Amino acid sequence: MIALIAFYLFAAGTLIPAVAVIFARNPVHSVLWLIVAFFNAAGLMLLAGAEFIAMLLVIVYVGAVAVLFLFVVMMLNIDFATLRSGFTKNLPFGIIVALVLLVETVIALSAWKAAPGLSGAAPPPARVPNIEALGELLYTRYLFPFEIAGLVLLVAMIGAIVLTHRGRGDVRTPKVSRQIRRDPEEALKLMNPGVGEGMEL
Amino acid sequence: MIGLAHYLTVAAILFVLGVLGIFLNRRNVILMLMAIELILLAVNINLVAFSAFLGDLTGQVMAMFVLTVAAAEAAIGLAILVIFFRRRGSIAVDAADRMRG
Repeated sequence: MIALIAFYLFAAGTLIPAVAVIFARNPVHSVLWLIVAFFNAAGLMLLAGAEFIAMLLVIVYVGAVAVLFLFVVMMLNIDFATLRSGFTKNLPFGIIVALVLLVETVIALSAWKAAPGLSGAAPPPARVPNIEALGELLYTRYLFPFEIAGLVLLVAMIGAIVLTHRGRGDVRTPKVSRQIRRDPEEALKLMNPGVGEGMEL
Repeated sequence: MIGLAHYLTVAAILFVLGVLGIFLNRRNVILMLMAIELILLAVNINLVAFSAFLGDLTGQVMAMFVLTVAAAEAAIGLAILVIFFRRRGSIAVDAADRMRG
């Protein structure tokens, strides 16, 4: 019973902020509502027994992605009022599309019969902790996709840096390749001038 | 008793809200990206719910991969947004017509 109440609480806490995200006038408020939605979604996943994913959601989404959004929204000087100009024009069409999609999903859900393995009842209690079981699976059967996920993140990181990096013209920076290319033969000249003779450079 | 249908309903509504967000904020790329995050969150809730009720952890592993891709997508999307804003001084989607697409 208490689980059901918690479920409805978290579900409302996910869906109402989600509505606020797309209808908020100020994008900063949108990001803050997004954070609330993510927190409550993490609660939903805790109820389903997926502790690791719930924590990951809080760390990755709230800690990284939402803060990234916040940084971009607040650092760029964007005139958001003009960006909302099409909002009311798109509203009827958007609502219609959303309703059609929702009705379709509900019809599909009601026509769908659970597979035999899918009891529809509460999940069985886990024998080992969620994180332990997940780690065992991740580092054996799904090792290759796991590594690929790491590679995706690396590519995204390098891509984001390269895209936003701005070479400034007014600053003198050392040319590293030229510095490395110098070798002693051309950089160093040993002389042994006689007494009283000059030395040409 | 929380059933699988509960989770699926919440995820379906969240997905539809994400799609609606994309339709409503046709000009604002930041809000479109946020709507995409909502959609991916709905997918994650579905994956985790099925994983829990099947007693199979594969769904949670997949949810992790979805999370990874969502983070990468947000980073790249916002980077593109930043350089677009630097060039144009605006993030209106209609202004992005340089490539005549």
